[in-house]
Amino acid sequence: MTIQTANFINIGERTNVAGSAKFKRLVVDREFGEALTIARQQVENGAQIIDINMDDGLIDGVEAMQTFLNLIASEPDICKVPIMIDSSKWEVIEAGLKCVQGKSVVNSISLKEGEEAFLAQARKVRQYGAATVIMAFDENGQAETADHKFEICKRAYDLLTKEVNFPPEDIIFDPNIFAVATGIEEHNNYAVAFFEACKRIKAELPYARISGGLSNVSFAFRGNNVLREAMHSVFLYHAIPAGLDMAIVNAGQLTIYDDIPAELRECVEDVILNRRDDATDRLLDVADKYRGGKRRAKVEDKEWRSGTVSERLSYALVRGITKHILDDTEEARLAAKRPLHVIEGPLMDGMNVVGDLFGAGKMFLPQVVKSARVMKQAVAHLMPFMDAEKEAMGMADISNGRIVMATVKGDVHDIGKNIVGVVLQCNGYEIIDLGVMVPAEKILAAAVEHKADMIGLSGLITPSLDEMVYIASEMQRVGMDMPLLIGGATTSKIHTAVKIEPAYEDGPSIYVADASRAVGVVSTLLGEKKDEFTQDIRAQYVKSREAHLRGQTKKKRLSLVAARANKYQLDWENYTPPKPTFLGTKTFKDYDLSLVRPYIDWTPFFATWELKGRFPAILDNNLYGEAARDLYKDAQAMLDKIIAGKWVRAQATIGFWPAAKMGDDIQIFEDETRKEPLTVLHTLRQQIEKKSGKPNFAISDFVAPAQDYVGGFCVTAGLDEEGRVQKYKDDKDDYNAILFQALTDRLAEAMAEHMHERVRREFWGYESSERVSSEDLIAEKYAGIRPAPGYPAQPDHTEKTALFELLGGEEATAVHLTESFAMLPASSVSGLYFSHPDSLYFGVGKIEKDQVKDYAKRKNMELRTAERWLAPILNY
Amino acid sequence: MSIWKKIELSMRERVLILDGAMGTMLQGLKLTEDDFRGQKFAQWPSPVQGNNDLLSITKPEAIRAVHDQFFRVGADFIETNTFNANSISQADYGLQDHADDIAMAAAKIAREIADEWTAKTPEKPRAVLGALGPLSKTLSLSPKVEDPGYRAVSFDEVVEAYRSQALAMFDHIDGFLIETVFDTLNCKAAIYAVKDVFSTKGHEIPLLISGTITDKSGRTLSGQTTEAFWTSIAHAKPFAVGLNCALGAEELRPYVQALSKISDTYVMAYPNAGLPNAFGEYDQDADEMAGLVKEWADEGFVNILGGCCGSTPEHIQMIADAVEGMAPRNPPKIEPALRLSGLEPFALTG
Repeated sequence: MTIQTANFINIGERTNVAGSAKFKRLVVDREFGEALTIARQQVENGAQIIDINMDDGLIDGVEAMQTFLNLIASEPDICKVPIMIDSSKWEVIEAGLKCVQGKSVVNSISLKEGEEAFLAQARKVRQYGAATVIMAFDENGQAETADHKFEICKRAYDLLTKEVNFPPEDIIFDPNIFAVATGIEEHNNYAVAFFEACKRIKAELPYARISGGLSNVSFAFRGNNVLREAMHSVFLYHAIPAGLDMAIVNAGQLTIYDDIPAELRECVEDVILNRRDDATDRLLDVADKYRGGKRRAKVEDKEWRSGTVSERLSYALVRGITKHILDDTEEARLAAKRPLHVIEGPLMDGMNVVGDLFGAGKMFLPQVVKSARVMKQAVAHLMPFMDAEKEAMGMADISNGRIVMATVKGDVHDIGKNIVGVVLQCNGYEIIDLGVMVPAEKILAAAVEHKADMIGLSGLITPSLDEMVYIASEMQRVGMDMPLLIGGATTSKIHTAVKIEPAYEDGPSIYVADASRAVGVVSTLLGEKKDEFTQDIRAQYVKSREAHLRGQTKKKRLSLVAARANKYQLDWENYTPPKPTFLGTKTFKDYDLSLVRPYIDWTPFFATWELKGRFPAILDNNLYGEAARDLYKDAQAMLDKIIAGKWVRAQATIGFWPAAKMGDDIQIFEDETRKEPLTVLHTLRQQIEKKSGKPNFAISDFVAPAQDYVGGFCVTAGLDEEGRVQKYKDDKDDYNAILFQALTDRLAEAMAEHMHERVRREFWGYESSERVSSEDLIAEKYAGIRPAPGYPAQPDHTEKTALFELLGGEEATAVHLTESFAMLPASSVSGLYFSHPDSLYFGVGKIEKDQVKDYAKRKNMELRTAERWLAPILNY
Repeated sequence: MSIWKKIELSMRERVLILDGAMGTMLQGLKLTEDDFRGQKFAQWPSPVQGNNDLLSITKPEAIRAVHDQFFRVGADFIETNTFNANSISQADYGLQDHADDIAMAAAKIAREIADEWTAKTPEKPRAVLGALGPLSKTLSLSPKVEDPGYRAVSFDEVVEAYRSQALAMFDHIDGFLIETVFDTLNCKAAIYAVKDVFSTKGHEIPLLISGTITDKSGRTLSGQTTEAFWTSIAHAKPFAVGLNCALGAEELRPYVQALSKISDTYVMAYPNAGLPNAFGEYDQDADEMAGLVKEWADEGFVNILGGCCGSTPEHIQMIADAVEGMAPRNPPKIEPALRLSGLEPFALTG
């Protein structure tokens, strides 16, 4: 269970009779059922708190507040969120407090009627267990200047914390958002005063929060929603950094700050920030032009087409629109002296805007990749002209810098590398992408041939770590000194510091955590501060290495003998292992992916795009909800096509065999006679010293000493995927290429989940067919596990050999194992099935030499070979 | 040193023990309608069998004997026999006007026997918790399916019922225990009432609160998660917060763990002796229950352990023995933040 947290809270205002004429009419007509629908929509649209206000001359506030809150209490979809009980009348607030079981927010109390009344109300709020908003309002009226606002808040804060013992974290100040640009000179500084007061409250009144009613600020422009929304957006843009924590706002109707037309934004900003005396007049002058009403999007749509060609290119790049890009590029080319000038001029200008917005956290990865698609198509259009010109004039290439990138030998995963490549291209760097499974010599040769400025390596599986060390040592050997960038899911700063950097002494080795860091690292390495930067990195890595060494000696490990003595003891005497419905293997060709689709876990999909957060909550994320929603929409559309158009073929092979535990290994037999073992599966045991009674696990602990069974599987959702990816890349459409790969990846994982369910219910048949929700599936709330070789419970990738032999090899599975035991197609998943209800996932963690020796002997493997494959988990 | 001062010192050293089920023990006596009526209510116009709270007046020796047995096996706290000793619940028997007398009689019995044990074992003082039960009517739910906005009782009426009961017990007990909370709004009304009583009396005594997670959905009957429940009642600044009833120890574990992580006060837990069997009986044996709750002490989840439905002195003894000498939970320091709740918790961080 996670606690909903936020950094800025949108408080839904549609259930406020002052904020919504429709809601007011429904309450007056006592159509509470319809009124509930409005509340529900707000929560569905992402309101984290809903504000309920019944203050109106036509409404009995106490009665309406009680009735509505009681109704809400029976609607779990609505009352899951906290409620803000909003009224200027204390009796309405108190009536509301008596109806809510959760901890609510009172909005509001104040010093308007003096300290005594204020403190009495505050005590009551406390006794009802609510937080409260306090208006900057005292005996002399509402505070207008920053000084007066702060003075009242400070006075209220001191009274509450000292006299009533009110927790400061439950205090929320409303320092009054007032209308600006009213034509009255005294009003001009109201917004600035608000920002100023916010800053002082945050600096001097610890834990207190700040709220405000946003729509007040634009009161002077009632009827012009475009303008009002622009004012709200600009106001928030400045208020949030000043300390505003929440605002009552219609979340669905906020304009993105950067989407406001520049002219309008400047005028609005002049007004909000009180930057010039004629600000109001100037805003009034442009106001009519933007009186767009509700169909704003369409108006803009046409509007951007009427700009200059540079403006159009820039707009298309920022918004990721490819529709007119070839026409616009051609128009720009005809107007330019040389085709190159189009790239260096408007296109790069547009991409710089994208880069800046990305860097500032105002655009997110999926949007950036879409921008890159526009850029690439424009450049592709210009290339033939440039080549012709180059030929005619004999000119050299230009670029900001050139980077050779590759997924290393034995590894096939390249989504992350492609994303980094695209982001770097967006910033004007030339990328030589060598693809996947690239051997060291080819990488080094390409770096020399293309006069690369640096090399970037990527990998997802653990053996790739060693390959990267090898490439680093090769770079050292041939005398290179260019920077080596390391990235990918399995890589880490600590591995780069401990293993890679020492292998490559002459050049800098730098771990790059994600695509958004890549640009910063590359531009620094190509800039004046390179030396400073690399020295700094080296110093950091020295520290990392030292810390690593200290950490290693500190953690106590058990001897293998002691670890085995503390193995996981299951009660085999009183347990009958379930028997599978068949022995041997079964292959399912052309598996129907529409059966698999419901099993997709979307959270990792968004993580691929560097949008971090749980699905589906991520779709309502304050910061990047919009980017996530767009991406999700595109993903669903493509999934429709993948499945309906059979873009990929899916195949699954599963098998079951009689099995028996033998020490830390598992014997596999061909049939029930259980004579000669077909093969032996080897497992590794945890050697970390455990606390209070916890066992040292090995996978073999989950198998009975006799009469048990083990299953195995390999599923792929990526047959024929290569061609499609290549086609997208040829079309300069990295966005769809990456989207496609990310989706086939998810489909493979979903298929593993789906097949596991079928195995539990049909093929092994030990689970009833009661529907487990997909949340439960993702949370792995079922009996039995499916660990994969190469992952924490059995970190040794070489165990895939035995698994694949059992399954019937490439012929049955249609999946090829590379020399590093990566699977091709990349969208494949394999593993073992164990049925015991107490079997569980664990991590082997670091192991000692005694176990490695023993393991190598059991596997009939050279100790050195075993050590190479187990390198990431060796504790020596 | 007062009893509670000593209790507070012990809280830092060991896991303290609460008693087991009163109802289960009384059921075992197979009392008749006449036993329930006693002399005082011999002529009462309606049946009163099953009104266990009434026994504090009509059969005090039975109540006393149950308390005595739980103290004998090592309980540090007992709860008064007042689960329904309020005017709203007693109205089911027409006894609403006697509710305060019943509550006071129960508190006095508990006080006497506790003081006897404290005198016997001064190194282990025994304390009385005045139990405030969940009421037979609830504030967040409508009893009428067709009218979800309807409420059988108002907040003010609930406050009044609790206030009256709390006042009747106040002079005889060491602390209040608002327990088996399945509707947080009822609990908030009880908190409101207790705070009123504190200001009437001019001093405060400890307040403990225990909620009820009704099934494996992890929610209270009124729909809140454990975290939302704690956020909603934290303003009471309870001496301890906990969970009891509805589930056995095995099922209750994740919620005790969750509570232990988020609350900055002591944590208590007193589960049922397993889940009811086909006959509605609780049949988890003492050994098994003690083994399960011992794990909680092992993991540092709890400060006070006891039992609810189905738990006998044998259960309590096994629990007391199982956790003897074990360190209590050390409440974590929780960073102040604006925390709110609906059915789910919400925190404004950063």
